[in-house]
Formats: sequence, structure tokens, C-alpha cells
Amino acid sequence: MPSAAASWGRIYAIVLRYIYLLRGSWPRIIEQMYWPTVQMIIWGFVTQFFMTNSDWVAQATGVLLSAVLLWDVLFRSQLGVSVPFMEELFARNLGHLFASPLRPAELILALLVISLLRTLLGVGTAAVLAIPLYHISVFEIGLPLIAFFTSLLVFGWSVGLVIASLLLRYGLGVDSLAWASIFALAPLSGIYYPIATLPDWLQPVAWVLPTSHVFEGMRKVLFDGVFDTGFFLNAVGLNVIYLILGSWIFYRAFRSARNRGLLLQVGE
Amino acid sequence: MSLIIEVENLFKAFGSVHALDGISFNVERGAICGLLGANGAGKTTTIAVLLGLLTPTSGSVRILGRDFLADRYAVLPHMNFSSPYVDLPQRLTVQENLDVYARLYGVNDRNSRIDRLYDALDLAEYRDRAYSTLSAGQKTRVALAKALVNQPELLLLDEPTASMDPDTADRIRHYLKDYRARSGATILFASHNMNEVERMCDQVLILHQGRIVDSGSPARMIAAHGRVTLEEVFLDVVRTPAAAARENPAPGQNL
Repeated sequence: MPSAAASWGRIYAIVLRYIYLLRGSWPRIIEQMYWPTVQMIIWGFVTQFFMTNSDWVAQATGVLLSAVLLWDVLFRSQLGVSVPFMEELFARNLGHLFASPLRPAELILALLVISLLRTLLGVGTAAVLAIPLYHISVFEIGLPLIAFFTSLLVFGWSVGLVIASLLLRYGLGVDSLAWASIFALAPLSGIYYPIATLPDWLQPVAWVLPTSHVFEGMRKVLFDGVFDTGFFLNAVGLNVIYLILGSWIFYRAFRSARNRGLLLQVGE
Repeated sequence: MSLIIEVENLFKAFGSVHALDGISFNVERGAICGLLGANGAGKTTTIAVLLGLLTPTSGSVRILGRDFLADRYAVLPHMNFSSPYVDLPQRLTVQENLDVYARLYGVNDRNSRIDRLYDALDLAEYRDRAYSTLSAGQKTRVALAKALVNQPELLLLDEPTASMDPDTADRIRHYLKDYRARSGATILFASHNMNEVERMCDQVLILHQGRIVDSGSPARMIAAHGRVTLEEVFLDVVRTPAAAARENPAPGQNL
């Protein structure tokens, strides 16, 4: 077993490597904040329109904006894992990393830490800007916000690990998956409408996603002022399964890459 | 003399292609061992297995006295490598790159170690430059600094002086020999530069189509083949490897 201090030292080294990258590139820092802010502005106007034209939405100030910001937590956290991993492929650096004492589990942990930092930077900026712009504060959700944020963050990690596995196996030829794949889950996640809106046959599929439970839980808080622990516990349980599954797939991809000699060759 | 690398009957197949076809060799502590071979002979495959980046199909590898295939994380902190086929993050500065790798290898006195490498490899003026802005030769020196950052007992180098001008390449060769003398480190390096291998190496392995077709000290090999240079021996061996192996059987391939 590796010593904990040495292991944390290596995880810190990888986190530092991505912070160096961010620090040395202002476009990357701006990019973290850009999309969440643009989404927030667009949906803020949509929300304002509905607030003056729809009784339904007017009951829950900021429901759409909260949904957008929480959806972006998922998107950013997934990108936070898959994009830094993709950068190692672009840099042809995987050989150096995996010939060092760095273990795959340590790389995964470092990617999760940097994903958290990038998500906080991006979505946090947009959430704070929404307060002076629309007088809507997602922070008014209170403690349940932490539960929603964490659930979406963890599910984003799981999806990010699967995408990193595909990048390891198929190279940069599948890099578009990093940007596009999460949107396939959007219609099933009930971000802007209840799961009951979906056709009957599709609803069981939606309920196996933690995102469905998070957004239903969010609406419960915003419409009824109630934090439904059932939704929360379902999301936690599903997240545990998906995170284990994502890590297992990454390990399988890593083993396959070692067998096929891809750690030295992976690229386009 | 203790053995640092012990390779026994190593096979690696990619489908029907046998990249390594049952090679066996040993390298003693403190030796500089050259790995020669034409493109596709198995040099990089051998180095990748010795780094744990590639799982062999069968065979055994012991490094620093440990079963490397079963317990590579116990050995990797004491090794390092550089290769033109693996790069460093382009947007990080030289200092940031070396700092990250010093941390990954658990180097305690990071700053002083990196400063010493700047001096030794003449890199001080580039420390705050992005890696992407360096010339090919400068990048090779930075990669070498990364390979030396943990003062490895075993250093694996794939074409260590590639892209360097003759003056810089000569300095690097002297530095590596000096590093070996000071630290007692073992160096295994693959190169196409026969003159370099002849001058640097105590022992040489010649690979051809995944097999070791000759090995020994450069002087012994040159004498055995009745040639003047190692390059001539190499051409003899790879052009008629079967004949060469019959005339000059590798002596136990114990390097």
C-alpha cells in the first residue's frame, strides 16, 4: 500500500499541474465562467418573461434559472474530468504520468478535485452575478442546494470518467463526446419540466438517472418549500452505483491501454 | 556486481505481430547499456515494458531485485525516463513542469534539485518559458532534466541526444557519464547514433525483429566481427542476423 502522505503529494502535484495550466491561460479562466454566465443571462430573461406572463412559474421565482445553473453544475463537473484528461492526450504526456509512481486512482482523485474547482469557479460566478442582475439568488434554496450541487457534481464525475475511458481507448478521435454526450441525458433529466411530462414508457428510464431525482427535488423545494429526502436518497444511491461503474470502466480502459501499448501512442 | 535489470524470456505480441520474441538479458548495476536496432526492432517496446507502460504477453522482469510486473509501484520511484515519443505539457513553463514531476516522484529538496539541473543542463534562462516555445533541442534537455529530477537509480533513455547540436549532445553525454560515476546509476538507452553508443556504452544489445541477435561490449563485438566501427557490426548483424548469430552467439546476454 502506498503511504497516504506520498499519495496525497502525488494527487496534489496533478491538481497543481492543472492550476498551473489555468493560471497561465486567461482564456481558460474566462471560459470557465463564460458559458454559465451566458446561460444565466438568457434564462434569466426567459424567467422574467414567464414571471409576468405565467401564474405557474410566478409561484416559484427563479425556478428556471436555478434549473439552468444546476444543469451547468453537471455539465461543468463532467467537463472538469474529461477536458483535463484530454489535455494530457493532446500534450502526449500520459507516458510520463504513468511511468511515474502516480497510480490511476490518484489521477482520478486529482481529476475530481480539479473538476470541483472548475465547477465552483464557473457556476459560482454565474450564480453570484444573477443576484444583482435579476434579484434571483440560487443560494436561497439553502442547505438543499448543497445536496443538489453534490449529487450533480458526482454524476458529472461518473460521466466524465466514462468519457476519459473512451478517450484512452479510442484517442482524440472521440473528443467531441466530451462536449456533446451529456446533452443526451438532458431530455430525460426533467430539468425544466416534471418527469411526469415524459411519455409513460420513458419515465422508468428517466428515474434511473440521479439527475431526475435532483431536479424533481429542486422543484419540490421551490414550489412547496419542502426538501424531499426520498429524492435525495435515491440520487445518492444511484450516484454511488454510477461512480463505482465509472471508476471500474476507467480501470478496464487503463488495463486495456497497457495491453495495447496505447499509453505511449494515444492521440488522434 | 548486482543485477539491476533481469529480463527472462519476454514476449509481447500485438495480434499476429511478435514485437518481442522471447528476449532475455541482464544489466549490472552501474552499467551503461545501449539498445540498438532498426525501426520496429523492439527497442521502444522493450523500454515500455521496463517502464510498466506495456503489459508483456509472457516472461518475467525483475528491476532493482523486485518482481516488476507484480509490484512496479515499489520500483518506479527509483526509475525515470525520457523519450521523444512522450512529451511534457506544452503550456506549462519549464519550472512548472519540473515542479510537478518532482512532486510526483516525492523529491524532498525540490527547488535545490531543480536549480542544480538548470545549471548542469544549461537551462536556467528557460525556466519561466512555456515548454511549447522551446526548440527541439531545448525540449530534449528539459525532458532529460525531468528524467533526472528524482536522481534515479535506473535511467531509461530513448534517443537522449535526438535533435541536439553536436556541442550540446557532447555535453549531455559527458553529463550522463558523470552522473553514472557520481551516483552509481544504471543507464539503458536506445539510440540510432552508433558513434554515441560506441563511446558511451559498456555493453550493447542488438535487437532485430523482436529478438536479441548479438550482445556484448562494443570492443568485443567489433573484434569478433573483424570490423572497425560498431556501425559496421550493426549493419552486418541486422542484414544477416541468422548468420551473425551463428558466428557470434550472444554470450549469455548477461550485460
